[in-house]
Amino acid sequence: MSDISNLSCLEIKAKIAAGEITSEQAVGAMFKKIDENEERIGAFISLCRDEAIDRAKKVDAKIKVGERVGSMAGVPIAVKDNMCTDFAATTCGSKILANFKPPYDAHVIERLKAQDAIIIGKTNMDEFAMGSSTENSGIKQTKNPWDTSRVPGGSSGGSAAAVAAKMCPAALGSDTGGSIRQPASFCGVVGLKPTYGRVSRYGLVAYGSSLDQIGPLTRTVADAALVMNVIAGEDLRDSTSVSENIAPKTDYLAGLDEGVKDLTIAVVPELNEGASAQVREAVKAAIEAYKKLGAKVIEISMPHFGYAIATYYVVATAEASSNLARYDGVHYGHRSKEAQNYIDVYTKSRAEGFGEEVKRRIMLGTYALSSGYYDAYYLKALKVRNLIRRDFTQAFEKSHCIMMPVAPTTAFKIGEKAADPLEMYLSDIYTIAANLAGVPGISVPCGFDGAGLPIGLQILGPAFGEGNLLKIARSYEKVNS
Amino acid sequence: MAQVKIDQGQVRQVAKLSRLELSDAEIMQFSDQLSAVLDYVAKLNELDTTNVEPLAHCLPVSNVFREDKVRESLGTEKVLANAPQHDGQFFLVPKILEE
Repeated sequence: MSDISNLSCLEIKAKIAAGEITSEQAVGAMFKKIDENEERIGAFISLCRDEAIDRAKKVDAKIKVGERVGSMAGVPIAVKDNMCTDFAATTCGSKILANFKPPYDAHVIERLKAQDAIIIGKTNMDEFAMGSSTENSGIKQTKNPWDTSRVPGGSSGGSAAAVAAKMCPAALGSDTGGSIRQPASFCGVVGLKPTYGRVSRYGLVAYGSSLDQIGPLTRTVADAALVMNVIAGEDLRDSTSVSENIAPKTDYLAGLDEGVKDLTIAVVPELNEGASAQVREAVKAAIEAYKKLGAKVIEISMPHFGYAIATYYVVATAEASSNLARYDGVHYGHRSKEAQNYIDVYTKSRAEGFGEEVKRRIMLGTYALSSGYYDAYYLKALKVRNLIRRDFTQAFEKSHCIMMPVAPTTAFKIGEKAADPLEMYLSDIYTIAANLAGVPGISVPCGFDGAGLPIGLQILGPAFGEGNLLKIARSYEKVNS
Repeated sequence: MAQVKIDQGQVRQVAKLSRLELSDAEIMQFSDQLSAVLDYVAKLNELDTTNVEPLAHCLPVSNVFREDKVRESLGTEKVLANAPQHDGQFFLVPKILEE
């Protein structure tokens, strides 16, 4: 029998349904892979070995007696460690939450359980999802499976590395400024950031609440569609979760192979100049492949795109400074042993619990919101955010999607950008605008650079157009694989 | 445009507002780094936003109402389970009022 760890979610699902393998075997194959490679890669913060085997056995028993099972019955999946699980600690990659055991499951976890997926572990990440390399994790460093001297990207670096190293066929990540798409690109897997509001954020530890969105990382486009079918949809516990009346959830697997008729792709020539020559070449070749498939390519301008990073580091940090005020050393999380009075409880607990990047962003956000600076920074950024969204609206009046690189370079060396925060921030140039505009984006592998490192093609679409994005990605995957 | 400079006094003030205890080394470092980031952010001023509405949320979200009905919530035990210090009924903190 071929190694189960090479299979996609849909293949594993089909084999389990047909009785060729059991879920217990599938889960066992993942843990074998993890045992062989985890020391080298460091993708996981915690593993749910007993829980996973136990749940797999239960699913196998249900299948054996012909009981109805869910759409991911027996399929192993990993989850970024910023989604609450009532059966495993949720650290968010932070020392301040090192011992936090959530009393409830996040919405997406409930959905996965309800569809009989098997959660095998919680993946590493930049602390509170703040970073582009997973170097900001307060727990450990994850390495890129393609070259362990390099970063896996971030902040969902553990999820991307785990999927790339075949420790699981799928993982959930979260994307506030590119944190699904960029690590997917660096690790050569598929990563989808859905439209803001498509997937409930209930139980996702908040970073930038108007930007955060959960999505899948997988090795195939169809698997991303499968996972989206499970996690998307309205949830009354997240007031920004979009109503079924406004944007009904569709079946993302239906018609996936049909492509999009008369596809028009927009490209933004002025933007591509920021990318390395090899990234530019690979993205250009991918767009040529679409032309061969019959797509029309138009050139557009997005005059405000270049202001996305500046806008983001005001909006996201402002929201973070407010969201992270909850870590007070009182209700949950770390409390300093040095605290003498109640002010100490706050200031010392936070000083000991938060890492450097988190402190930096809290400071930046607090400054931008503070009296006298609010209009100059926060309000100004919100206005520019509107201009950025307008760029997208205008682009989608003329095209089905926009194509560009995911990141200006392939995976960089561990430590290369760690000393200069601004330099690190600038590596998010292509991904951040989608979060500010709320639109979905997908990262699809589109070749390798000279050093053998994966390159990603980014496809951005209009709000609630995930279905089309997946179809567009799939048509390329078919000719590229 | 003039370089944005966040001096160490400002860093101390923001740290106080953020309830973060910072070392002198951190204050020096943040003074440089925050200045660099804010200097970059200043490029937003190149854009004329006179008649542009601020956009806090990218979707047309409106207030969401739900029925005012009692629903199940976490019990005391679960709520306190992660607290650094509690007495089974309340969260415990150092004394707030002076004698």
